[in-house]
Amino acid sequence: MKPGKKLITLLNVRRVYSVFFFALFLALLYITDFRHLKGYETPLFLELDPLVAAAAFFTSFTVYKGLALSLLIIIPTIFFGRFFCSWVCPFGILNQWISHLFNKRRAVDDYRTNAYRDVYRIKYYILAALGVLAIFGALQIGLFDPIALLTRSFTIGILPAANYISGGIYIKQPLFIGGVLVSVIFLVILAANRFITRFWCRVLCPLGAFMGLLSMASVLRIRRDVDKCTDCQRCLRYCHGGCEPHGQLRYSECHLCMTCVEQCPEGAIHYGLSKEASSVHRPVDVSRRRIIETVIGAAVLFPMMRSAVNGKNLPLSGLIRPPGSIEEEDFLRRCIKCGQCMRVCPTNVIQPALLEGGLEGLWTPVLHNKIGYCEYNCVLCGHVCPTGAIMPLTVEKKIGKKPDIKPTKIGTAFYDHGRCLPWSMNIDCIVCEEVCPTSPKAIWFKEEELILRDGTVRKFKRPIVDTQLCVGCGICENKCPVHDKPAVRVTPIGETRSKTNRMILKG
Amino acid sequence: MPSKLNDKARKLSRREFLIKLSTAAAASAVCGTAALVFHSSEPVKRSTGKIYTFKNYRVSDTSAALPKLAVVHGKDAEKMVRAAIDKLGGIGQFIKPADKVLIKPNVGWDRQPELAANTNPDVVAAVVRLCVEAKAASVWVTDVSINDPYRSFARSGIESAVLKAGGKVKFTTGSDFLDTDLKGEMLKIWPVSAFFHQVDKVINIPIAKHHSLSKCTLSMKNWYGTLGGQRNRLHQDINTSIADLATAIRPTLTIMDATRILKTNGPTGGSISDTAIGDTIIAGTDEVAIDTYCLSFFDLKAADVPYIQIAEQRGVGTSDWKSLASEEFTV
Repeated sequence: MKPGKKLITLLNVRRVYSVFFFALFLALLYITDFRHLKGYETPLFLELDPLVAAAAFFTSFTVYKGLALSLLIIIPTIFFGRFFCSWVCPFGILNQWISHLFNKRRAVDDYRTNAYRDVYRIKYYILAALGVLAIFGALQIGLFDPIALLTRSFTIGILPAANYISGGIYIKQPLFIGGVLVSVIFLVILAANRFITRFWCRVLCPLGAFMGLLSMASVLRIRRDVDKCTDCQRCLRYCHGGCEPHGQLRYSECHLCMTCVEQCPEGAIHYGLSKEASSVHRPVDVSRRRIIETVIGAAVLFPMMRSAVNGKNLPLSGLIRPPGSIEEEDFLRRCIKCGQCMRVCPTNVIQPALLEGGLEGLWTPVLHNKIGYCEYNCVLCGHVCPTGAIMPLTVEKKIGKKPDIKPTKIGTAFYDHGRCLPWSMNIDCIVCEEVCPTSPKAIWFKEEELILRDGTVRKFKRPIVDTQLCVGCGICENKCPVHDKPAVRVTPIGETRSKTNRMILKG
Repeated sequence: MPSKLNDKARKLSRREFLIKLSTAAAASAVCGTAALVFHSSEPVKRSTGKIYTFKNYRVSDTSAALPKLAVVHGKDAEKMVRAAIDKLGGIGQFIKPADKVLIKPNVGWDRQPELAANTNPDVVAAVVRLCVEAKAASVWVTDVSINDPYRSFARSGIESAVLKAGGKVKFTTGSDFLDTDLKGEMLKIWPVSAFFHQVDKVINIPIAKHHSLSKCTLSMKNWYGTLGGQRNRLHQDINTSIADLATAIRPTLTIMDATRILKTNGPTGGSISDTAIGDTIIAGTDEVAIDTYCLSFFDLKAADVPYIQIAEQRGVGTSDWKSLASEEFTV
C-alpha cells in the first residue's frame, strides 16, 4: 500500500462486509442439518430477501414470520440505494469474485466490460413479469430470485459435489433427481461472467431490479463533481454495476461498491448528498412500451397456467409433499423452491420436483421414497422453511397423540400384490411390517396356509395396510427388497393437508 | 499471384529430422505397448478387492471355575452390569490392556430410551466405562442403524452416554464397509462395517425385543447391524440368516439389556404401552444360552424359535442354559 493511503475507506469496509456475508451464507447453509441446527436462523438470507417477502405478500397477503426481516434491507435501500448487491448478496459477491478471476485485467478491457449496455434492462422486464404473476397469485419468483437460486444450487449441486470429493458433509452421499439441471444452470450463470462482468446481477436479477426501483427516492448517492472531473473515466474501470459513474450516474444500477470513489484521482466522486457542482443522474432505463408488453404477456400467461394440470386442479400420485405442507393451492403461493427443506432432510427423501406437480411446481419439494423416507419423529423441514409453505410442526403434532391429536398424514401406502414376495411368490418377507413406525403398526399381516408347487403346505405372513393408521411416511416403500419398483408404494391420497384428496368416507 | 500469408517453413536439419522421427517412433511404441498390455476379452477392468473374514474375538483362557452365565436383577443399570461382569471373573478376564474394543448395542431406531427400541444408554455407558477402566486402547461404539444414524444415536441417548463415559461413537458411512466372507449357508460375501476388522475385542449389547417374523430379536439377531448392502433380503430366510451371522461372529462377551423389554409392536415399538419393565441384565459368552433365557420374557420356548435350534445344532451354544454354571441374583 502506498504511504498516506487510508485503510478505513468505504471501499474496504464494503470488502469486509462482502467476505463476512458470503461466509455467513456458507456457514448457515452448512449448519442446516440435524446435528448443527440448534435454533439458529438458518434461512436468514431468504428472510432478508425483499423480493421473496414482497412476492409472497402479493400471493397471499401475509408477511410470514422472519420475512419481516426483509425490512432491514428494504428501508435502508430506500434511503441509501441498492447497497445489497455488492455488500450483502452472497450471489452478487460470488459473481463479482468470479468475474474478477475470469476477466483480463487490461484497462481497455475493463472499460469495455464495465460500460452500460441496453441489455441491462432485461431484469426489469423479468421483475415485471414475475411481479404480475405474483399479483395474480402464481409465485414463480423462486426461479430467478438470487438467494433462492443460490441456496438451491448449493443444496442440490455444490454441497453434494463437495461431499462426493471429500466426504464429511453427509453420512450418505445425497442424490437429487434431475440435480444436474440445477447445477448446470448455476455453472452457466457463473460462466456468463466471462462475457459480461456480473452478467447475472446486471442483466437478469429481478431482486437487483427491485432494489433499483426502491432506490429511486434515495438522497444519498454516488455524486460526481463536474467541476473537478477531467473525464479520465478511471471511475469506470472497476465499476460493479455498470452504472456509468463517469457520466450521468444510473443510480438504479449502482451497487454502492465505492470503487469509483477510491479510484478518482481528482477526488471528484463522493457518496452522499448532492453538492453544487454534482452531476445529474439518469432515471431507470426501461421502455414504457416494453413494460406494458411484459405486463400484458404475464396477464395472458396467468389464465393459461391455470388451464394446465397441476397439483391443485388434479390429484397427482407423485406429489407427496413434506409433512406440515399447506394445501397445494396455498403451497404454490408460498414455495420459493429454495431447497432449504432438501438441505435439512436427514434421509434425502425431499427432492426437487420436475413435473410431478406440473410445470408450475418445478423444483418444489416432493418426497421420493425410493431415495429416502420421511423419518417418523423428524420435523426439521417445516422449521427451516422461510415462507411457511411447510409449517413448523411439533413431534406431537406430526405423529399424533392419543386420544386428541391426530397424526399428520402425508399419504397412504398400497400393496402391489403382483410384486410382493409373500403375496405372489411364496417367500417370507414383511420387512415393511418390521420398519413401520406407528404404534400399533399400520402394516399388519394375516397368516395364510398355502399349497406350494410340490404339494406341501406352508404358512405365510401376508402384509396389509391399515389405512386409518398409515401416515404415509414411506419407510415401507424405501426398505422393500423389490427395490426397483417397490411392492408397497405411497401416494398422497388421504393427506391431512387436503380436503379433496380423499378416498375413504370416514377419514 | 503468391499468397499473402507467405511465412515459409524452415528446412529440417538432419538432426531435427532424426529427433522428430524418433519421437514419432517412441509415441507409436507407447501406443502399441499400451494396446498389448491392456488387451483383454473383458469389456471393463475390475479390481478384485480383498475379501475379509471375521477374526475370533473370544478369549480362550477363562477359568473353568467361573460361572458362564450371570443373571442380575435390579434397578440400577450401572450396578447390575458391574455385578454381572464381576461374577464372570471381572472385565479383566475379557479385555486386556491396550485392546481395541468395539461395542455393538442396538441403535437401529430414531426413538427415545423409554420406548425400548434401542439398547438402554445407561447399560452401554456402564460397559464403556468398564472397558476404559480395563485400560482398553480405544472403546468404539457402532451400529448400522435403520433410521438416520445421526438421529438414532442422538435420540437413543447413546451418543451422549458414550461420549460421557469416555468412548467414541463410530458412524458407518457409505464407504465404511468391507466385503467379508461369512461362510454361512445363506450368507456368503456381504459388506460388513469395517470397524469389526479394526478391533481386537467385540462386545454385543442387544436389547430384548419382540419381532413379528423371527418372534423375538435378541443377541444373535443383533448382528444384522453389522451388515451393509441390501440386508432387507435376509428376511426371506431369517432363521438361517441369524444362525449364519451368529456362527460367523464370535463376540468376546454378550450383555443382554432386559432392563426394559419391548413386548409388542417390535422391533420399532413407539409407545410406552408396548414395553414392559424387565429389570434384568444377562451376561455371558454363550449367545444361544442368553437368547434362550430371554424367551421367557416373551412366553416362548426354544422349540418355537427356529434360529435358536439351528444355532445350537451348529455348536454356537446351548439352549439348555441351566446346564451351564450360572449365577442369578439381585443387586
